[in-house]
Amino acid sequence: MSFQRIQEKLKILADAAKYDVSCSSSGSKRANTNKGLGDATGMGICHSYTEDGRCVSLLKILLTNHCIFDCAYCVTRKSNDVKRAAFKVQEVVDLTINFYRRNYIEGLFLSSGIFKSADYTMERLVAVAKKLRKEENFNGYIHLKSIPGASDELMREAGLYADRLSVNIEIPTEAGLKKLAPDKNRADFIKPMVKVKNEIIQYKAEKKIIKSTPKFAPAGQSTQMIIGASGENDFQIMQTSNYFYNNYQLKRVYYSGYVPISYDERLPQIGSAVPMLRENRLYQTDWLMRFYGFDVSEILNEQHQNLDLDVDPKLSWALRNLHEFPVDVNSADQRMLARIPGLGMKSVYKIINARRYRRLNWEHLKKIGVALNRARYFMVCDSNLFEKRDLTPEKIKGLILQNSTSKYQNTLSNQLSLFG
Amino acid sequence: MKNLIYDGTFDGFLTAVFCVFEQGLSSATLQNEFAQQPGLFSDNETIYTDETKANRVWKGLKLKLSPQGSYQLYAAFLSEQEGVEALLLDYIQYTFSQNKRVDKDYSHPSILKIAQIAKSVGREKHRMEAFVRFRLTKDQLYFATIEPDFNVLPLIEKHFKRRYADQKWVIYDLKRKYGLFYNLDRVEVITMDLPENFIATNTDDSFFAAEEFEFQKLWQDYFKATNIASRKNMKLHLRHVPKRYWKYLSEKQPN
Repeated sequence: MSFQRIQEKLKILADAAKYDVSCSSSGSKRANTNKGLGDATGMGICHSYTEDGRCVSLLKILLTNHCIFDCAYCVTRKSNDVKRAAFKVQEVVDLTINFYRRNYIEGLFLSSGIFKSADYTMERLVAVAKKLRKEENFNGYIHLKSIPGASDELMREAGLYADRLSVNIEIPTEAGLKKLAPDKNRADFIKPMVKVKNEIIQYKAEKKIIKSTPKFAPAGQSTQMIIGASGENDFQIMQTSNYFYNNYQLKRVYYSGYVPISYDERLPQIGSAVPMLRENRLYQTDWLMRFYGFDVSEILNEQHQNLDLDVDPKLSWALRNLHEFPVDVNSADQRMLARIPGLGMKSVYKIINARRYRRLNWEHLKKIGVALNRARYFMVCDSNLFEKRDLTPEKIKGLILQNSTSKYQNTLSNQLSLFG
Repeated sequence: MKNLIYDGTFDGFLTAVFCVFEQGLSSATLQNEFAQQPGLFSDNETIYTDETKANRVWKGLKLKLSPQGSYQLYAAFLSEQEGVEALLLDYIQYTFSQNKRVDKDYSHPSILKIAQIAKSVGREKHRMEAFVRFRLTKDQLYFATIEPDFNVLPLIEKHFKRRYADQKWVIYDLKRKYGLFYNLDRVEVITMDLPENFIATNTDDSFFAAEEFEFQKLWQDYFKATNIASRKNMKLHLRHVPKRYWKYLSEKQPN
């Protein structure tokens, strides 16, 4: 392959693909067969990190940035004056294999602008995956984008070669989508998602009976929403997220703070800050939903439509529900332990294991790694020293903020002064 | 107090542990012969590695520990940290003294400490699985050098063998002067005489294949293109990729 030509294409098509935040490479269980290349059984591996601190796990590129759509939020939109390029199928295969052999990556994340039609585009994505699996005996991770509106037949084939499929709903509400991407509609996004979901269920059921049933998208489906482009509040965003988790059995929903790329007046202008703190709080909420046993309505509801920026969502929930505390760490069940601010699930499991041997005191908890500056207002342990004062939520919040420094200090003081 | 000197291997260490129990020593120190400080202790005894004894201890431990517990024990040993032998001995003595499984008793100081050391070793193992950068040599061998903080080669062997089953590769630990060589069939432990002036990260075209430099360049370009400048966060970047690893990462080399 011609080095210069590839180099040029790679620069353009990697740059255009970088706004897709998913870089997950775990959860696939695809083992190396017949002494082939690659193995995707373990946990995901981040082979490097960009200067913005994001993981580089997959070769994340577009097949092409030619696109027939004109979505305002997208850098590849038809009306945008950018350099265009397109990879050939074989070029993507060669790049993937050579990067993988050098231990640069876990696999490929292939997306694309939509050229000609949905099926025409999807066909080419599938061709890359098929070639990697069939001709190169490649067992690394492959993440393909489901092109909105692609046919069921193509989606079924895609699932046979890919580990993960994803389709980005991008805008959390239908009204927002109408405003920013008038030629797209949500039904087109949902169609491939439903097909893949049903196939996953069916293949799993068959696998229970016939062991040789091939894998179908073993790492499941994911989607992504842009945050801060179309005026939704956190309540709306998490409702949508919850809806997709429940109805389409997604593995992940990603939240991507909008990076201004256009002078379109419907959008935040170039130069305005990326809402990174808000994005972080949304991910924390997502984790609370998926791993900590919270229902989304406990954290966000009609009364609380936006997440606090200065404290994390679990602390914020605890301050609103002081009647549930203090929790006795030596006797409480896992559910309540997980609700104590400052306790992660790892600490929860350590506590449950450790307290079988002896009653735990502050010293034990500190060594285990509990963030006591937050946790101590919400728990009692084997000690007489506990918070006896009758503190109000405001008072507790004040004490916690006083005794801690947030990595977002600068962002916070800027954002607060806007309202101050 | 008796000081048992072993040969630095895990079997050697286990043999020494066997002697502690066999001789009913209430207090003893175990010392790697390479880390030995002569004259500090009066009552030295050299332990000769005995596989049978080592296996007996290891088998006994496996019965008393969860699989995770015995892995942590081994990983902590590979940390080569000063004083780790004393912690391991305490851990092992405590394990054998109790009837029930104790490897999750995180309120016991040695158990917690070993779990923490094992965690750092595990982190280093994972980093090596991520940061190894193979470079293709003229004789079609994928070659990488590392200098990990802990002796993690034994821990990463399986991962690389499974993954790169159809290519010959070498991962060489420059610090400990030994490496792993996979010859398409099995993994061998090797030592190499590297040239005096060998610089691990140098891109020397007498040694590496011509296309190697093109792929390094493509990877560097990719790394740059995938960054979002308006989200720059160097503090986070450095936490994930500490500077001491940079010299091995192709994407971190100046052009």
